[in-house]
Amino acid sequence: MAYTFRGGIHPGTHADPGYKSATNTKPIELMKAPEQVILPVSMHIGAPAKPLVKKGDIVDLGQMIAEAGGFVSAPVHASVSGKVIDIKPMLHQNGSKVMSIIIENDYEDRLHESVKPYDFDSMSNDERIDAIWSAGIVGHGGATFPTHVKIKGAIGTVDTVLINGAECEPYITSDHRLLLERPEEIVEGVRMLAKIIGAKKAYICIEINKEDTFPAIEKLIAGDPVLELAPLACKYPQGAEKQLINAVTGREVPSGKLPSDAGCAVFNVDTAGAVYRRFAKGMPVIRRVVTISGSAIAEPKNVEARIGTPIEKLIDFCGGFKKAPNKLLAGGPMMGIAQFSLEPPIMKGSNAFLAFAEDEDKRVADPHCIRCGKCIGACPMHLMPIYMNMYAKKNDLEGCEEYNVLDCIECGSCSYVCPARIPLVQQFRVAKMRVMDKRKAAAAAAKK
Amino acid sequence: MYDLSKVVITSSPHIKASEDTRSIMLDVIIALIPAMAVAVFMFGPRALLQTAVTVIACVVFEKIFCKAAGRPDSTGDLSAVVTGVLLSFVSPVSAPLWVMVIGALFSIIFAKCLFGGIGKNFMNPALAGRAFLLASWPVAMTTWVKAGSWMPILGASQDDINAISGATPLAIIKGSAEGELPSVFQMFVGQTGGSMGEVSALALLIGGAYLVYRKVITINTPVAFILTVAVITLLFPTGGMGNLDSMLYNVFGGGLMLGSIFMATDYATSPVTPKGQIAFGIGCGLITCLIRYFGGYPEGVCYSILLMNCGVWLIDRATRPTKFGAPAKAKKEG
Repeated sequence: MAYTFRGGIHPGTHADPGYKSATNTKPIELMKAPEQVILPVSMHIGAPAKPLVKKGDIVDLGQMIAEAGGFVSAPVHASVSGKVIDIKPMLHQNGSKVMSIIIENDYEDRLHESVKPYDFDSMSNDERIDAIWSAGIVGHGGATFPTHVKIKGAIGTVDTVLINGAECEPYITSDHRLLLERPEEIVEGVRMLAKIIGAKKAYICIEINKEDTFPAIEKLIAGDPVLELAPLACKYPQGAEKQLINAVTGREVPSGKLPSDAGCAVFNVDTAGAVYRRFAKGMPVIRRVVTISGSAIAEPKNVEARIGTPIEKLIDFCGGFKKAPNKLLAGGPMMGIAQFSLEPPIMKGSNAFLAFAEDEDKRVADPHCIRCGKCIGACPMHLMPIYMNMYAKKNDLEGCEEYNVLDCIECGSCSYVCPARIPLVQQFRVAKMRVMDKRKAAAAAAKK
Repeated sequence: MYDLSKVVITSSPHIKASEDTRSIMLDVIIALIPAMAVAVFMFGPRALLQTAVTVIACVVFEKIFCKAAGRPDSTGDLSAVVTGVLLSFVSPVSAPLWVMVIGALFSIIFAKCLFGGIGKNFMNPALAGRAFLLASWPVAMTTWVKAGSWMPILGASQDDINAISGATPLAIIKGSAEGELPSVFQMFVGQTGGSMGEVSALALLIGGAYLVYRKVITINTPVAFILTVAVITLLFPTGGMGNLDSMLYNVFGGGLMLGSIFMATDYATSPVTPKGQIAFGIGCGLITCLIRYFGGYPEGVCYSILLMNCGVWLIDRATRPTKFGAPAKAKKEG
């Protein structure tokens, strides 16, 4: 039996469901550290980290080079040993320039003295959370929410931990390969997370297109009263937090609330892996697995690279482009961010980098809604994109609010299915911003 | 350095499903082929000619309108072709071709384009066209050629037509026409008088199954529509027949199959929510029965759908899905 939710879409073709066949059988390849890494101080949601080093400093591998800039923030660590050659704003995947620490690699990979294993069992819970915080662990699925904040919020309110191995975004296979090649790291990390939070149940949730990972995981969790494997139906957005919780536990996160309000905390599989690596080896987040795929890539691969490696180096590692790319994406094709440059580095939440040779977006100049209602069937939040679109088009913010535009999770399912090719979710993003602005303005006016 | 000169920047999602408006309309056209084949077999090649003339007229009128209104040519989405085929299907094969051209004019210009084109019309264009023709040329639109007697392709005089015309099963049941009732099997395969495309329930069901398989339509509306008519005519038999006969003749004997599968599922003029589609189907079924029992016409599918079309907006509002994570109380209420 596979768990699932109502709504959603099935991207891909019959022969290649989820467009994952290019990389899902390719083992993770370790990429040599580049001569230079670029480490932005904002690789997470929340306040930017504050640099602790200055130009000319010699740093070691795993050394904290920027400290957390607030409660919702995470530190940054050197992903190579070498010399800090500059601290200046550099191009970030979000398209703007973000203060970044640039380290020139000395290829020695000298470990910093702080990198040593912890004795998880003898530590207090506060010490454990501190260790996670100081490792700079954030949500590795892409949302990059600092993990220690999530854990602190979860203790006492959460009885169920969900480990998100849905990987429902097309093309991406980095979590799949991790589950297949390093299940013991992940399972051990899940045990640690469940213990820290005090969860009654921890589900490792994996879509059934990754069935090949089940035997090893089942073996590792056999006899454990807390851990359980939860097979999920293959559907996008099965890995969206709210849909995952609903599928596995049947609970609904109340509108406008957080997963902890439904008694759940969701962590990416590689976040669990990072937690394990922190305690077992003392290693902070310095590398991650990235899927490099898409029709323009010569040899699609799953690459394990140092954080801060410029995307261009990863493209080189995958044989470059076989055709001039039409689109470059940081992340998956459903929610990834289009890039105009290959300079930005890969970051903690970078699970994929895609390059498409053809226009797969299929934009049309003059779209007309034919009222087919496919968007309503696809919406995992059970909204009515067809009417939201009507109001958003007229900039009628009351209408947008009435049709719950703020509940939209921006998964893009409506835009994907729309046969008229109306930019639905794209309009909702703008409408959401406008509604929020309006509410803020109203709140400010009320204060006066 | 890599060549990034072709790179474009857009907001996600960056991939789209392969279906578009044109492919959906093409699916509808494919689904109508079995019924077309039966029409040619039963009424002769004239059926093909009539459909071709109506389709061409629909496309030409839409092209002219787009040109006159200064809009981009929208005929590429094939929706005008679908309207043309359906308008031809709901008309008798004996209708004069110039009448069909006027029907096309009304369907495309008045029922569709003047409301803003595809998706914006509130009435099914083909049915609106038929309603207009029925009111304007009632005799021409209700002269039914007997199945199996081929209509001359061109130049049929009124006498020729009268010689091969007969009554529809529903008119015979209603007592508004004389004639011999076909057997249920004959009706099922299409050996009966009636509008060109409605006669064969079998062909229409095959088309409907294809549309459901291709996920172009859901079964909600057709099933609700047909079941409603079936239950009512089973409980309250018409024309002095037994309960079962009454049901079978009412379900297979008129435009119910064509109407419920191809007209009541028209995207623009039917509800968008699953619950709404069921409500719409039930409403259509009720009005169809009311017309058949108490109205002046033997048939009621066309007007029932047109009437329900007017209530789609209301049905959509009333059947709004409860959003994910809505408070439990709101859930019960809504």
